[in-house]
Amino acid sequence: MKLLFEKSVAGRRASRIPSSDVDAKANIDRRLLRDRPAELPELSELDVVRHFTELSKKNFGVDDGFYPLGSCTMKYNPKMAEAIAGDPGYTALHPSLPQLPGGARLVQGALEVLYQTDRLLREICGMSAFSMQPMAGAHGELTGVLMMAAYHKHQGNKKDTILIPDTAHGTNPATAAIAGFKVETIPSDNHGRMDIELLKNALTDQVAGLMLTCPNTLGLFNHQVKEICRMVRDVDGLIYCDGANLNALLGRCRPGDLGFDIVHVNLHKTFATPHGGGGPGAGPVGVSEKLVPYLPISIVSRRPSGRYYLDYNRPHSIGYVAPFYGSFGVILKAYAYILMLGGDGLMRVSENAVLNANYIRHKLKPYYDQAVDEVCKHECVLSAARQAKNGVRAFDVAKALIDRGFHPPTVYFPLTVPEALMIEPTETESKETLDKFIDAMIEIAQLSETDPASLAACPVSTPVDRLDETRAARKPDLALLPTE
Amino acid sequence: MPFIANTEEQRLAMLDELGLTAEQLFDDIPAELRCAPLRVDPGLSEQEVRTRMAGLADRNVSDLISFLGAGYYDHFVPAAVNALVYRSEFYTAYTPYQPEISQGTLQAIYEYQSMICRLTDMDVANASMYDGGTALCEALTMAIRISGRKSLIIDESVSPIHRIMIQSYTDNLGIERIQTPPSAGCANRDRIIEQLNNQKTAAVIVQNPNFFGCLDDFSDLAEAAHAAGALLIVSCYPIALGMVKTPGAMNADIVTGEGQCLGLGLNFGGPYLGFMATRKKHVRKMPGRIAGRTVDRQGRDGFVLTLQAREQHIRREKAASNICTNQSLCALTALTYLSLLGKHGLAELAALIADKTEYACQKLTAIDGVKRKFPEKSIFNEFVIELPYAAGEAVGRLIESKMAAGFPLGRYYPELERCLLVAVTEKRTRHEIDRLADALEDLV
Repeated sequence: MKLLFEKSVAGRRASRIPSSDVDAKANIDRRLLRDRPAELPELSELDVVRHFTELSKKNFGVDDGFYPLGSCTMKYNPKMAEAIAGDPGYTALHPSLPQLPGGARLVQGALEVLYQTDRLLREICGMSAFSMQPMAGAHGELTGVLMMAAYHKHQGNKKDTILIPDTAHGTNPATAAIAGFKVETIPSDNHGRMDIELLKNALTDQVAGLMLTCPNTLGLFNHQVKEICRMVRDVDGLIYCDGANLNALLGRCRPGDLGFDIVHVNLHKTFATPHGGGGPGAGPVGVSEKLVPYLPISIVSRRPSGRYYLDYNRPHSIGYVAPFYGSFGVILKAYAYILMLGGDGLMRVSENAVLNANYIRHKLKPYYDQAVDEVCKHECVLSAARQAKNGVRAFDVAKALIDRGFHPPTVYFPLTVPEALMIEPTETESKETLDKFIDAMIEIAQLSETDPASLAACPVSTPVDRLDETRAARKPDLALLPTE
Repeated sequence: MPFIANTEEQRLAMLDELGLTAEQLFDDIPAELRCAPLRVDPGLSEQEVRTRMAGLADRNVSDLISFLGAGYYDHFVPAAVNALVYRSEFYTAYTPYQPEISQGTLQAIYEYQSMICRLTDMDVANASMYDGGTALCEALTMAIRISGRKSLIIDESVSPIHRIMIQSYTDNLGIERIQTPPSAGCANRDRIIEQLNNQKTAAVIVQNPNFFGCLDDFSDLAEAAHAAGALLIVSCYPIALGMVKTPGAMNADIVTGEGQCLGLGLNFGGPYLGFMATRKKHVRKMPGRIAGRTVDRQGRDGFVLTLQAREQHIRREKAASNICTNQSLCALTALTYLSLLGKHGLAELAALIADKTEYACQKLTAIDGVKRKFPEKSIFNEFVIELPYAAGEAVGRLIESKMAAGFPLGRYYPELERCLLVAVTEKRTRHEIDRLADALEDLV
């Protein structure tokens, strides 16, 4: 398919710019102007519409089919949320308005959305306060680690190390490093949980904190979590909960009660806002009482009169991690979703997410190795190690699933499991869908015995087949620049 | 039940198959760690939620005439933009980890990267970042990695919002931040060059048009920075690039900016779009996702995420950034918006905005007691006027009559307490500008 730029025809136009209603002419020093227009394509509106419609047909979203991408919680994105977030009463609001004298009263509805979402997340996670600023999960992690740094600085602590288990998502160590900390990796025991003896040895006075994913990336809840938090606190460390897997815990237990000081919540996972092909997301961050002073500014507060306002008067704050109040349009959708679910609905989410994951795990147990053979939470990690002996790797299983109409699971993660297939069905999928997926997985397992070569050819049903990633990296072609 | 597919019958059948009760699914969470029932109200119907959310939207102003900008602008968005972006194949997908079923997203990212390069006159762009501020923060840590140096020179006419973000991002990194006050509304050459150190300076950071709306040509600063072995980072406003000199033409090394103006709403602060472009030689030090063109087994063109050896899922604590994904849907919005405007549309839009801004500037500064601040500088879409008293006070009074006159600069620049930053887009009519002038005249 041609690129937009290759479809360009000189002189073709999609839009007409309004004619000027003023007689003034700009008076810009010629030396500050560009010599010629930017080489954007020249297309009709129909050209543009057909181009992107054709592109969309080469994509696969949750609306197209089952998307069990482990750790990403690809649940159904309700349409009502899009309708609400498209309301001009929200989309047209300038973020600086409440900073103007008398401006806060013009945005009371928007401030209430932020305030109420904060209150709901506090209750769901058991934390003392949230910042809505972080614009993605990894951004929430960064905000949390920056608060760790500020806390220790304020306490006069000289701590420079953050502990991270080996099963953690790559963003955890990357975040700790870009925030200026050293990273020490704690290996897992053979049940896939952080080795508590090794943790003990690592807990020196240098330890600023521990980042833990709960449940972990094998989909397991660590029953020793409270003890771990206590051990870290004993060296005046802070405990960070990567809340990427919160879906499994809704209404069951709360990070704050477990002893975590910081948690980020991926609204685009747990609270069903669309992933957008890779963003925008939102990663609000909640903290325990002792970290409240360090939250980013501003915080939405409420006066006794019921009026909402922005509180910037927080001298220990780490400052701004976002220009304003975070991904407001995403927060709106998550708020509406929580209102629709209610307290009872949140409990049903975790139950059905866990039930669906265990159903898949149980049904596939005879065919695939399991990372750990026990009841999992929202996701299960299988291994294609058995199939790999016949030359069929996790990668091939993934490509074969594509031909059978499914988005593949996450593969090769966590790194501690060979040939990992990380499957997260979510609560919004039905038993019929799970059964079809299970049948496809079984068929692939059988083909890996009888006809492994047929799997190596997959996918055959897609606009392109397996792409040459080595060539892409060796001879980078990253943009079509104007010819000249 | 909303958003849960399994019927009670199916649920029981599945539990039966597992040989478990619903409670046993959570047996691994010890009883003492369980929480009490959440104090969250019972669920509502869609109709009830829509009514409540519409009620909240009604408590936001909807009939304001706004000259508020300060980096975030109220532009017109053609209907085709959202019609395309809200195709569910785009918005309900995730990061294109499986390229064979993600060619739509991947080709769009490649085209977006090409579009950003063409706008800025740079060689390569990444797949986008959270917003203009985070893109700028990532750019300066990139400059630190490239140069192996740890000192930054930041012109104070760079957005104060972005400068606070830079401070938050770098506070724990042992980085020296030298902020230089502008001279007559533009980056102060003498101060910057005096601070440039050929052992320490990693980058000089400037913005065009700057926070005061003044246009500049940073070619001289690029030359000075390069002579000291430092990089020049330029943050820019992409609509202005329809007519103003590009950062590429000024020899900038890294270019960033806020893409909110490219078809995204103001959305009360987000989601927004950060863009980043650089020179080819720096691409392996650039943070963020990047899409590249390659071929499949049959030699057909296709797109993949590439140069992933920079990224957190491979490199973990040695990664170029902790960023996991991009701002894909917002980048797609910008791409469709720029495609619809096209080569001449963008240039004409920029010219229209510049003309209206000039009109507004003439009109407001014709008021007795209102002066143009930095009158010798060229402006594009925004300018500063000085009032006889605190600008915040004037803004507060005008808000009563449903007019946001601009951004009072005293919030970030105490010495400019009487100054007001006024922004104009193609949506502001002559009538509205005249109304602002009349209202301001009445006040002054």
